[in-house]
Amino acid sequence: MIIELGHFALILAFAVAIIQSTLPMIGAARNRAAFMAVAEPAATTQFLLIGFSFAALTYGFVTSDFSLAIVVDNSHTLKPMLYKIAGVWGNHEGSLLLWVLILSLFGACAAWFGGNLPPTLRARVLAVQGLIGVAFLAFTLFTSNPFLRLAIPPLNGNDLNPLLQDPGLAFHPPFLYLGYVGLSVSFSFAVAALIEGRVDAAWGRWVRPWTLAAWVFLTIGIAMGSWWAYYELGWGGFWFWDPVENASFMPWLIASALLHSAIVVEKREALKSWTILLAILAFGFSLIGTFIVRSGVLTSVHSFANDPERGVFILMILGVFMGGALMLFTLRAGKMEAKGVFSTLSRESALVANNLLLAVSCFVVFIGTIWPLVAELFFDRKLSVGEPFFNAAFTPFMVALAILLPIGSQLPWKRITGTRLLVPLRTGLILAVACTALVFAMQTGRSALGPVGAGLGVWVVFGALADLWSRTGRDSIAARLARLGRLPRAEWGKATAHAGFGVTLFAVAAMNAWLTEDIRVIDVGDSFALGRYDVQLVDVKGVQGPNYTATVAEMRVTRAGAEIATLYPEKRLYPVQAMPTTEAAIDQSFLRDLYLVIGDPQKDGGWAVRSYIKPFANWIWGGALMMALGGLLSLSDRRYRAAAGARRSPAQGLPAE
Amino acid sequence: MTLRAVLIAGLLAASPAFAVQPDEVLADPALEQRARDLSRGLRCLVCRNENIDDSDASLARDLRLLLRERLSAGDSDAEAVAFIVDRYGEYVLLNPTATGSTLILWFAGPGMLATGAVVAALYLRRRRLEAAPDAPLSTAEARRLDEILKD
Repeated sequence: MIIELGHFALILAFAVAIIQSTLPMIGAARNRAAFMAVAEPAATTQFLLIGFSFAALTYGFVTSDFSLAIVVDNSHTLKPMLYKIAGVWGNHEGSLLLWVLILSLFGACAAWFGGNLPPTLRARVLAVQGLIGVAFLAFTLFTSNPFLRLAIPPLNGNDLNPLLQDPGLAFHPPFLYLGYVGLSVSFSFAVAALIEGRVDAAWGRWVRPWTLAAWVFLTIGIAMGSWWAYYELGWGGFWFWDPVENASFMPWLIASALLHSAIVVEKREALKSWTILLAILAFGFSLIGTFIVRSGVLTSVHSFANDPERGVFILMILGVFMGGALMLFTLRAGKMEAKGVFSTLSRESALVANNLLLAVSCFVVFIGTIWPLVAELFFDRKLSVGEPFFNAAFTPFMVALAILLPIGSQLPWKRITGTRLLVPLRTGLILAVACTALVFAMQTGRSALGPVGAGLGVWVVFGALADLWSRTGRDSIAARLARLGRLPRAEWGKATAHAGFGVTLFAVAAMNAWLTEDIRVIDVGDSFALGRYDVQLVDVKGVQGPNYTATVAEMRVTRAGAEIATLYPEKRLYPVQAMPTTEAAIDQSFLRDLYLVIGDPQKDGGWAVRSYIKPFANWIWGGALMMALGGLLSLSDRRYRAAAGARRSPAQGLPAE
Repeated sequence: MTLRAVLIAGLLAASPAFAVQPDEVLADPALEQRARDLSRGLRCLVCRNENIDDSDASLARDLRLLLRERLSAGDSDAEAVAFIVDRYGEYVLLNPTATGSTLILWFAGPGMLATGAVVAALYLRRRRLEAAPDAPLSTAEARRLDEILKD
């Protein structure tokens, strides 16, 4: 009964979304306040209905209702509760329901926090948001309905893919979707502004927090996915340039560009049409990502069951929204005249360079991702584009970005006289060069990756700190320190996020350059040297888990006789899906991870063992978290709180589960 | 392929093994390093977007052994890779060779950057030219104004 109510609520939400997408739009065109006023309650209602629907599906999973087809396909009574809940979005239909739930949540937030928007703009934003809702609710109901019942329910389910039964992955999709779908608000703002025919500083100020929020979630989501790959796939890779990873990375790159260009709109009223274009493209890449994951045109590690019919439907959504928005853009963008003037050496120009590099790097990822498809369709060549290509084609853009970042972020608006340019950064430059040379001297006969990464990292991090310091004026050190705490949060956010970028950049280079790897067969009781450590295989035994059996090794790590850690790498077998997984054991510390994996027993005794020392591993995700934290700090800046201010509704409850 | 390798491959075919096995590792570290570097650029044909160095599939293992066999036989890197491409097609290369239509792929990024840079430069020029009539300031005045604006 609850399931049917959930199904019904979803259909009702579809009807509400149709109203939300039409009446306010008509109202805004004809200036009818009553029509426009429909938008806010409609957005709230749509969210509550989908929330109820999602709660109903969750109830189905929690109670293991095997009369529901997707519960049978993705759950099992023995599965731990966390994964029963995570199983709701661990499949195509359920994850799509989460998608529309988050879409309606953002729509509702735009309604609740949009009290200070001009009424017509607000009505139009919510109407466009409603239109996206219509498209995706139709997609859910007509091609991927999660509420389909089975006539003869089986006794038990087929279980969730064991790789997905992991706390990291349980929360990876919600964050990713919060990011993906959050960009729909920027899109709605862009389209609404094009319809209105007006983009000004205020628009920049409204659209930036939404982009920032989406970007923060996307950053966390991507970092979580990469962290999961690192410890779950058994050899410590953290980024594979897989189509689906690229699908989440492209909107991230464009959203990063959008964040920066929206500042120019907000502060200087320039780059308006470009910012609008970015807002459209950012969501466009979210849709392309959705298409890649769910259509299966590109083979990837994590695509859902592939279904051409669904692929065509998403392609239609993509065509309508991108086609429509870009058409509107070509018609209206000419009107968006820039007001601000600035010279070639100014922060505006630096931000243009930032946008150029980010946009082109996104384009490189995009073309690399779809190239196998293009080559097969048009040139009849069946080829692969993988990691080596992306490493070679993408990295230069990030290097250029890192070189420019500290300089650009310190330039003042409008113009600068050339000589002053590098003065505050001189120390940073010297430090970076010294660091590069030092690292180069310490490592012999290895690639240039390590020294260059270290130099760039120091340059970017120091640049961020110097930038923050330069905002404190020219007084005594004590006065400047006191002023540091009173700087706007946006300044802190900027420095934190930029430093985070430097940290991640350095860590990625360090991990690739200074990895220690060891592969061998070892008998129980024996030990071997791994870098400066000694590793002993103490014992191997079988263990029974709740829904799996495991082989667990006990490995003791010592350094010069002193015990560092005892680690328990596992190899699991999930009988329901007959699928083995490796659970690496990781000893984390500030400067390195010890990463141990137990393999198969060998026919003449002993076990295969892989072990790694991964230098600066935590810094990769630490840097990503710093970027996200920077985004949050920026988001909490007073000028946005003041802007969101007056009419904040307390009703932002999540669906009851 | 050695008899031992065939035996082990047979044994392991049933249960997916993990990536490079200890018994595959060549005695000569330099040769082994070459093999590792090359296998990171070769795709496991039955997997989804994994290179043979990381892949658990038995086919990837066969390819790793084949590659090592070629290298041990004295092939250069290019010869060993060409040997595999001849048998499995261009699809095994994760880094498509920059020939023919693939040149488009390789030049897309730099081309786009150049185009973007020109567009951006024109835009910046226009911004500056529009600025010109408003700013007939002397250097000293400009500096003073900057200081005021900065505060």
